[in-house]
Amino acid sequence: MNSDKILKNILFIASLLILLISGAMVFSLVRGSMTSIHEFGWKFLFSSEWNPTKGEEEYGALLFIAGTLFTSVLALVIALPLAFSTSLFVAEYFRNTRMASIVSTLVDLLAGIPSIIYGLWGFYILRPFIVSIGLTPQGYGIFTSGLILAIMIVPYATSLSNTTIMMVSNELKEAAYSLGATRLEVIWNVILPNARSGITASYVLAFGRALGETLAVTMLIGNANIIPTGLFSTGNTMASVIANQFGEASGLQLSALIEIGLLLFVITTIINAVGKFIIKRFA
Amino acid sequence: MKKIGLFLALALISTAAFCQTSLSGAGATFPLPFYNMAFEQYTKATGEKVTYGGIGSGGGIRSLSDKVVDFGASDAFLSDKELREMPAPVVHIPTCSGAVVVAFNIPGVEAIKLTPAVLVDIFMGKIKNWDDASLKRLNPSVKFPNLAITVVYRSDGSGTTNMFTDYLTKVSKEWATKLGAGKTVKWLTGIGAKGNPGVAGTIKETKGAIGYVGSEYSFAQKIPTAYLQNKAGKFIRPSIASISAAGKSSIPADTRIMLTNSDAALAYPISGFTWILIYKDQDYANRSLAQAQATIKLMEYMLGPNAQKIASSVNYAPLPASVVKQAKAILRSVTYKGKPVIK
Repeated sequence: MNSDKILKNILFIASLLILLISGAMVFSLVRGSMTSIHEFGWKFLFSSEWNPTKGEEEYGALLFIAGTLFTSVLALVIALPLAFSTSLFVAEYFRNTRMASIVSTLVDLLAGIPSIIYGLWGFYILRPFIVSIGLTPQGYGIFTSGLILAIMIVPYATSLSNTTIMMVSNELKEAAYSLGATRLEVIWNVILPNARSGITASYVLAFGRALGETLAVTMLIGNANIIPTGLFSTGNTMASVIANQFGEASGLQLSALIEIGLLLFVITTIINAVGKFIIKRFA
Repeated sequence: MKKIGLFLALALISTAAFCQTSLSGAGATFPLPFYNMAFEQYTKATGEKVTYGGIGSGGGIRSLSDKVVDFGASDAFLSDKELREMPAPVVHIPTCSGAVVVAFNIPGVEAIKLTPAVLVDIFMGKIKNWDDASLKRLNPSVKFPNLAITVVYRSDGSGTTNMFTDYLTKVSKEWATKLGAGKTVKWLTGIGAKGNPGVAGTIKETKGAIGYVGSEYSFAQKIPTAYLQNKAGKFIRPSIASISAAGKSSIPADTRIMLTNSDAALAYPISGFTWILIYKDQDYANRSLAQAQATIKLMEYMLGPNAQKIASSVNYAPLPASVVKQAKAILRSVTYKGKPVIK
């Protein structure tokens, strides 16, 4: 066997292993949630009852799905203008300058901060600040978690959009300038149409990241098992209920938690697939 | 290099020869600081290694049921149904008592008195403000501010929640029907936080908050706690003595009892045992007689004066002498291949 073949085999085995591991994860999630699926069926998706009291056990995922989507969408809405302007700053207006490299390094740095640090900062600094400006009496809830999530996903949203914005060919931009276009017109009519698939995909991926974030959200959302009634209402998310209750759960409750894990897996997979599709379709 | 390797190998072999048996257990996180210290002292005294994983009571029971540990530990005793679901008969050995204290954050207020009825009303969301008339009536000397009450509970499944809700279930019919008792319940009001540190931290950072915390944690952190009215009608401050006192009532032979709402005169009402669980017959999963004897020896140590002293040094309440006697009787009933392990 020559070295080429050996390498090929190693690569084949390695990728097969990844496939096997993800397959095994799906299998064990499905197997673990069987009890709950049998007990509740489709009702699990549409019920907002979460009652672990022995004898009256009843579980539904709706309130957690709602909490997860509310916080993640809010995070995306807040992160969008931040990430977009950062991308334009780094990849267009101040491209290749010292300033741009400082900003992009700092933004990348945000991605490296452990989520517990975000959680602590949110708990000790952001939350009291929100209380002091009188938005809510105790500061826990959808709004605070969404705000923290937004900061956490900005680097994910910017890094891919930076690359795609930079990839827009210079000839196109120069052609537009030569026709007398202003910088704003170049951005709107040349860069955006060309880079939109990459930009959109990066936001979709950032959204996927927000869905699964656990620790920082757990510390700030209030962990109240209710469907959020507004921006400042408390709530709970799929990831955080699993983190909270898995340790002491057994029987039906354990199975229901695993089913929530399965749902989270499915939702994240769909979001990622949508992201990939957008890149392929519009690139 | 080679010499060092040889030396290390020799060292490993010799240590392996010294520790004939090593015990492993897993379960409740509540007594973790006590167990860690007691097991460390035990290893120092006897040379036998004990490892304990604080993975939660549920996890401990699962590990014991899977027969991968020598002992499990739990803050809640197994119900008759759970006992039947175990692969073999299991006995409960109480190791110490703990309690759940009510902690609060009212600016300028250091101590408050609560009756069971008022406590229930606060945690059901019926009393919403600290300047409520029922609170003023109980605490005529306290100046309550006009401040909204924020209830803080454990968002994770926990023996602390189990003990607290068990107590509320005993003292209130309405609580029993609407919420009941359990490691997690369907709270009607408030916010959740993870673990004792989470709840205590949230209370400390939130004006108007009230919540419940494990006594060992609150004693170590010196958190202001409420006096609770016990069954005998006395307002009791949670302390190691008043928690220990809860065990001075009649205890069933297998020690499976929730001590909450104890009728002992000086008992703090939200107290309870924590247990180590072992199989009644120690012959399982190819365990040797030596392993069985080591397990029982460790249990005897935990009930002895040395370990009980360690318990109070890390803010747990030691067992009353009567309970130690009962626990020793349980140990004598443990067998290996049908024969008693100790006399």
